[in-house]
Amino acid sequence: MLNYSLKQMGAALRAKEISSVELTRLYLERIAAHNPVYNAYITTDEKTSLEQACLADEMLAKGEAQPLTGIPIAQKDIFCAKGWRTTCGSRMLSDFIAPYDAHVIEQFNKAGAINLGKTNMDEFAMGSSNETSYFGSVRNPWDQERVPGGSSGGAAAAVAARLCAAATGTDTGGSIRQPAALCGISGIKPTYGTVSRYGMIAFASSLDQAGPMARSAEDCALLLNLMTGFDERDSTSLQREKEDYARDLDQPLKGLRIGLPKEFFAEGLSSDVASRVEEALSEYRKLGAVTVDISLPNSRLAVPVYYVLAPAEASSNLSRYDGVRYGYRAPEYADLSEMYEQSRSQGFGAEVKRRIMIGTYVLSHGYYDAYYLQAQKIRRLIAQDFAEAFKSCDVIMGPTSPSTSFRLGEKGDDPVQMYLSDIYTIAVNLAGLPGMSIPCGFGANNMPAGLQIIGNYFDEARMLNVAHQYQLATDWHSRSPV
Amino acid sequence: MTWETVIGLEVHTQLSTCSKIFSGASTAYGAEPNTQADAVSIALPGVLPVLNKGAVERAIKFGLATGAHIAPRSVFARKNYFYPDLPKGYQISQFDLPVVGMGQLKIQVEPLSGNAKPYEKLVRITRAHLEEDAGKSVHGAAQGMTGVDLNRAGTPLLEIVSEPDMCSAAEAVAYAKALHTLVRWIGISDGNMQEGSFRCDVNVSVRRKGEPLGTRREIKNLNSFKFMQQAIDFEVQWQIDTIESGGKVQQATVLFNPDTGETRAMRSKEDAHDYRYFPDPDLLPLSITPQMIDEIRSAMPELPEARRMRYMEQYALTSYDASMLTSSREMADYFDSCVSNLGMTKLAANWITGEVSAQLNREGLEIAQCPVSPKQLGGMLARIADNTISNSGAKEVFRTLWSEGGDADAIIEAKGLKQVSDAGAIEALVDEILNANADKVAEYRSGKEKLFGFFVGLAMKASKGKANPAQLNDILQKKLAV
Repeated sequence: MLNYSLKQMGAALRAKEISSVELTRLYLERIAAHNPVYNAYITTDEKTSLEQACLADEMLAKGEAQPLTGIPIAQKDIFCAKGWRTTCGSRMLSDFIAPYDAHVIEQFNKAGAINLGKTNMDEFAMGSSNETSYFGSVRNPWDQERVPGGSSGGAAAAVAARLCAAATGTDTGGSIRQPAALCGISGIKPTYGTVSRYGMIAFASSLDQAGPMARSAEDCALLLNLMTGFDERDSTSLQREKEDYARDLDQPLKGLRIGLPKEFFAEGLSSDVASRVEEALSEYRKLGAVTVDISLPNSRLAVPVYYVLAPAEASSNLSRYDGVRYGYRAPEYADLSEMYEQSRSQGFGAEVKRRIMIGTYVLSHGYYDAYYLQAQKIRRLIAQDFAEAFKSCDVIMGPTSPSTSFRLGEKGDDPVQMYLSDIYTIAVNLAGLPGMSIPCGFGANNMPAGLQIIGNYFDEARMLNVAHQYQLATDWHSRSPV
Repeated sequence: MTWETVIGLEVHTQLSTCSKIFSGASTAYGAEPNTQADAVSIALPGVLPVLNKGAVERAIKFGLATGAHIAPRSVFARKNYFYPDLPKGYQISQFDLPVVGMGQLKIQVEPLSGNAKPYEKLVRITRAHLEEDAGKSVHGAAQGMTGVDLNRAGTPLLEIVSEPDMCSAAEAVAYAKALHTLVRWIGISDGNMQEGSFRCDVNVSVRRKGEPLGTRREIKNLNSFKFMQQAIDFEVQWQIDTIESGGKVQQATVLFNPDTGETRAMRSKEDAHDYRYFPDPDLLPLSITPQMIDEIRSAMPELPEARRMRYMEQYALTSYDASMLTSSREMADYFDSCVSNLGMTKLAANWITGEVSAQLNREGLEIAQCPVSPKQLGGMLARIADNTISNSGAKEVFRTLWSEGGDADAIIEAKGLKQVSDAGAIEALVDEILNANADKVAEYRSGKEKLFGFFVGLAMKASKGKANPAQLNDILQKKLAV
C-alpha cells in the first residue's frame, strides 16, 4: 500500500480495500515510529487527521469521492492551516496557531484529502539543507548523516520515507526541486501565478510558488490538478482555464526537442551527477527525443541576482514579525526599540537575519540602483535567454543540483557554497517558468541524483508527460530507502 | 528687507469607500478598537493585498477634477519602517509612479488682513497617489502600556501633493479649503476633519526677495483651517526671527500646539528614515484604461469652479456670492433649487449667504440639515419680490419657517404681515401724522433733517409695520418738502 501510486491508493479507497481512517492511522503510526529519526514533521495532530479521515470515509461511502479523497498528504509548515500550529520553521512563529486556511489547504480540504501534519523546513524557506529550521535538521532517509535538501526538506524526506502518500512544497529558488533531487522523489514548481500564494507565508513574493512533491510524475499531476486555479485573493494569481495536468501523460516523446544549456554542464557539476544526467538523456533519445545544444548566457548571474532580489523582498516581508501582535516577543526589554531588537534577534535564526541584513542593504538609499534595480534588469535578461532558448527546443534538461546530498554540517560555515546548491534551479524562478526534478539514478555515495526538466510558461502538462514517459521506462522513482 | 514665504501642502484625504484599500474590512469610523481589523489589517502571516477598485475610481475622479494626467500604469511601492501601528512593517503607497500626475486648482484668496482685495490664483498639484492609512497607538489604555488599534489600518487615502505655489497663510488656507470643497463635491471623501478624513501637512520656508529657496520645515497633521493659519503665521515669523538673529533654519518636522499657538520640532533631518521604497511584489502594476477614465468622466458632476463661473455669468452674482454659494455642492444645489423657477437669483443669493448661513452657523448645522427647504425659502422670496412683505416681515416669516415649518403665504396671512402698498392709504396715514405733529414738521423744515426717521417710525407704527418702506419714504419726502 505504501508504494501504491495515488491513483492506485484512490482506487483501493473507493473499492473499500482500505478505509481512509485505516490508511491515515497507518501513516500516523509510521510517523510515530520514524519521525524521531528523520524529523520530517514539525507538527502532527492525530485527532484532527483522523476526524478528516472519518469525513473522507463518509464521502467515499456516499460515492462522492474525488481522486484524492481520503489520501493522507503532508503539508509544508509554510501553509496556514486553520487550527494548526504553523511555524514556518521559525522560533518566531513557534506558537502561532493559524486562524485561517491557505488556498492550497482549502483545495485539499475540499477534495477530502487528509492533512497528515506539517513538515519541517528551513526557517522561512531560507536554506538548501533544512539545517536552518528552528525545529532541528531533517535526516535524509537514504543516509541519516546527510541532508534532505531544502527548504522543503521535511516534505521530501516524508515522501521518500513513506511517511505520507504525497506532500506539498514551495519553491523560491529551488526549494521543491533540490530536496526532491536529494531525496530521490519527483517534484514540480509550476509557472509563477499558477498556484495561489494566499495563506502561504511569504519569503520572496515575486519568486515563491507552491507545488507538489511525490513519488512519481503521475502523482504530481494529480496533486497539481488540485492545487492550481485562479484565486482572487492573490493579485498575482493568473486567470486561466482549469486544466487537467494528467491529460498528456501517455503521449509518446517521439520528436521531442530537449535543450541542453551548456552552462548547466560546465565546471562545478560533480561527475557522478553529470553521468546520471547523461544516462537519462540517452534514455530520452531511446524514447525518440532529440537533444539540442542551447545557451543561457546570463544564467551565470542567476545566483547573485537571486541573492539581491530574494533578500530584498524577504527583508520587507519579514518586517511584520515584530512581536507586537502575534509571534515571539522577547521576555525582557526596556522600551519599544529594544522590544523590536530583542524579539527579532531571538526570534529569527542566523540565516534569516543574514538575508534580512542583505535585503535591507540592497534597498537602502544609495545602493538601490546599483543592486536592486540592476538585479531586476538582469532578471529580465535571464527570462529573455529562456524565451530565446525555447525557440529551438520544447523542454530544457540538466542537473537539478550540482551534487548529491552532502553531510549535515558540511556547508554550515559557508553560505556561498550552500547557495551554489541551487545554481541550476534559481534561474527558473527568476524567469517565472515551471521546473521539475525527477530521480535519475544514484551518485557516488549511493545518494539519489535529480534530473531537472524546465518547460515553457504553462507547459506543465508536457513536462509531466516527459517525466512520466521516463518513469515508465525506468524505475529510479520507485526505489525506496525504507 | 522684504521676506517671501513659500508654502506647499501635502493633504491626506480619506477616500469614502466602505471597505479598506486592500481588504474587505469596514472603514466605518468610531468602532470598538480592533473590531474592524481583519487578517490583512493585522498582517497575519500569508495574507495578501487585493486592491479596492472603488479607491482607484475615486483617485481617477480627483485627477479629472484637477485636469491632471491619469497614469495608464502606476505602481504600488512599499515604504518600510517599524512602528507598532504599522502592522506589516511597511506601508503600501505609490512612489515614483503615482496614479494621478500634475494637475491644478484655481483658488479664491481672501487676504486675512489689511485692505487687500480678494484675488484668484492657480495652484499646481504635483501629484496624487493612493496609499493605506496606519492604525493608531492608544496611550494610557492600560497601566504603563500602549495599545494598538488597527481599525484604521488599511483605510484608503489619497495623498495630494501641491507645488510650493503659495506665499501666505491666506493662500494656503484658500487652497486647503478649495481642495476640501472639491473632494467632498466630487464625492470621494466625507472630508470630516475631526475624524481625520482630511489632514494637512504644510511645508513652509522663507527667503529674502530674489534669493533661492530657504530650508523648509514641515508642519504635520493640521486638522483645522484655523490652526493651519495660526501655525503658518507662527512658523513664518519664527523662521524670519531665527534668520534675522543670525541663526539657520534646519530641515525638520514640526507639530503645532493649538494651546500655545506655537510650532515645535519633533524630529530633525538627521532622524529621517530611509524608507527603502521598492515595488510591492504582491500587487501588479495598476492599469487604467481610457474606457475606465471615460466612464468616470461621463459621470462627473459640474465642478465648483465651473458652477461659480456660471453663477457669475448667468446670474450676474458677485465673485464673493458665487464663491460662498459654491463652497459646497449641497449649498450650490440648495441655491439652484431655490431659484430654479423664480429667477430671483440676487435675492436668493443674499438670503442664502446672509440669513440662512448665519442661522445655520448659530445652530452648528450644515446646509443639508437646514430645516427650511429650498422650496419653502423660495416661496418666501417670491413674496419679497412681489412686495407682499417687507424685509423685516420676511425675517419674521423666515424665523417661523425655521422653527415651525409651514409655508410662507400661510404665515404671512396668519401673522398679518402683508405690507400696505396702496399709495392712497399710505398718504392718508402720513397726512394724519404730519397734522398731529405740526411742531416737529416745522423743526424739520427749518433744517433738523434728522427728524425724518422719527416720522418714518411713527408711520410704521401706525401701519403696524406693514407699510411698504420704499413707498413710505417717497411719500414722506414729498410731503415734508412742501
